[in-house]
Amino acid sequence: MKTLSITKTIHDFIFGILPEGVASFVEWILIAVVYLTFFAIAGLLLVYMERKIAAFFQLRMGPNRVGPAGLFQTIADALKLVTKELTITDKADKFLFNLAPYFVIVAALVALSVLPFSKEFHAFDINIGVFFLIAVSSIGVIGILLGGWASNNKYALIGAMRSGLQTISYELSVGLSILTMVLLSGSLQVSKIIEAQQEGGWFILQGHIPAVIAFMIFMIAGTAETNRAPFDMVEAESELGAGFHTEYSGMKFAYFFLAEFINMFIIAAIAVTIFFGGYLSPFGITEALPWLGVFWFLLKVLVIIFLMMWFRWTFPRLRVDQLLTLEWKYLLPLNLMNIVFMAVMIWLNWTF
Amino acid sequence: MSYFSDIYNGIKTLLTGMSVTGKYFLNARKGTITQQYPENRETLKMFERFRGEVVMPHDTQNEHRCTGCQKCEIACPNGSIEIIWDRAIDPETGKKKKKIDKHIYHLAMCTMCSLCIEACPTDAIVWAQNFENSVYDRSQLTKVLNKPGSVVKAGIED
Repeated sequence: MKTLSITKTIHDFIFGILPEGVASFVEWILIAVVYLTFFAIAGLLLVYMERKIAAFFQLRMGPNRVGPAGLFQTIADALKLVTKELTITDKADKFLFNLAPYFVIVAALVALSVLPFSKEFHAFDINIGVFFLIAVSSIGVIGILLGGWASNNKYALIGAMRSGLQTISYELSVGLSILTMVLLSGSLQVSKIIEAQQEGGWFILQGHIPAVIAFMIFMIAGTAETNRAPFDMVEAESELGAGFHTEYSGMKFAYFFLAEFINMFIIAAIAVTIFFGGYLSPFGITEALPWLGVFWFLLKVLVIIFLMMWFRWTFPRLRVDQLLTLEWKYLLPLNLMNIVFMAVMIWLNWTF
Repeated sequence: MSYFSDIYNGIKTLLTGMSVTGKYFLNARKGTITQQYPENRETLKMFERFRGEVVMPHDTQNEHRCTGCQKCEIACPNGSIEIIWDRAIDPETGKKKKKIDKHIYHLAMCTMCSLCIEACPTDAIVWAQNFENSVYDRSQLTKVLNKPGSVVKAGIED
């Protein structure tokens, strides 16, 4: 079992001083703590980044009062949310209402565990990695549906239903565009996918035209799946108040909010893993220093996240019928054609 | 075959939009339109048409242009202006003449509709551009616009 391999030294140290059962338990907890910390910090930083980048796109300054360049603004916001009262509507289904945020956040966390931050820093490397990732990342929508339904609020329900419709439609495109790249790698295991890119260059270069098409489709569908603008009918402020989390306050709202940003991180990380070589450095310039993988991985992820923020602050929101037209009439047929195209490319050995 | 040209046009227009916002992003540093308010207090100059409060300008001899005709008081829709007036003997002609004692302006009630200023035949009252009007006591918002000891400028009524 080579599934838990964050760092060999810590692993050996813990197993050296503790009996085996206790040691692996301690190790699980350590990994969970590391990931939760990462989750919180990444969420806060991404919110800060989003606000700052939005400001720059609109020729504003963004948060700049709390700490240097407003860096602690999101921490102050989080503290404010912690101190707020947790309100609930009168006839809400209390159990489901309280459960919903955890569905969303757990789905995001589990998906995070499959992502390789570097060769060593990879919590859960299963042989159906990509499949697992797609499966788990769509659990989050259950939380959204539950939250919207349990709130006993029409806006929340409409928002949740839109989210369901959107995720079901666009899940297909995400899956198929990933599948296009799986054709190229020949494996669903995340570490194998990255090894294949180490030998023959990043998949976006190896697969050239079909890979670029797959990447574009993946970015569109991925943006739709994270419920971000231009696909944010789920929480369209001008139509639905705040959508499915209208009735949530305080920390439960913050969970939804953080999960949204972590989902964005996950989509960007998947894109980096299957198109841009994951933690590999460009042209292998830091091959000798494998620990720099974390740096390269995060750098590439931030570039993709920036792209998604660019989308958000450029494009207007779609109508529901336009959303479905885009998916079922354009993305899906193109995607299927693209898979065949990719298969032919590989068959004729026209890949690099 | 408009299907593929639709896709092409779609992508092209999306990229056009992104290039526009991308230019904004790159120019964000020097193009920022935000002003940092408490910091720029010294240099901040409000534009001409801004309606801060009604003031009565006085010249260096402590003379104003208000003849006490009360047109502003009548024009005011909610009674923000009260004029306390009196008659005094004009030393030149020896006749009795109207003059203002106090031109009282309630800033707390004023809706900045500018009707008083439009009604004024002698341009005695104008808009000031100050905007920091908060005070701790409501009574401080009742202002007497003419300065103590001021008189009307000679020849305004002619």
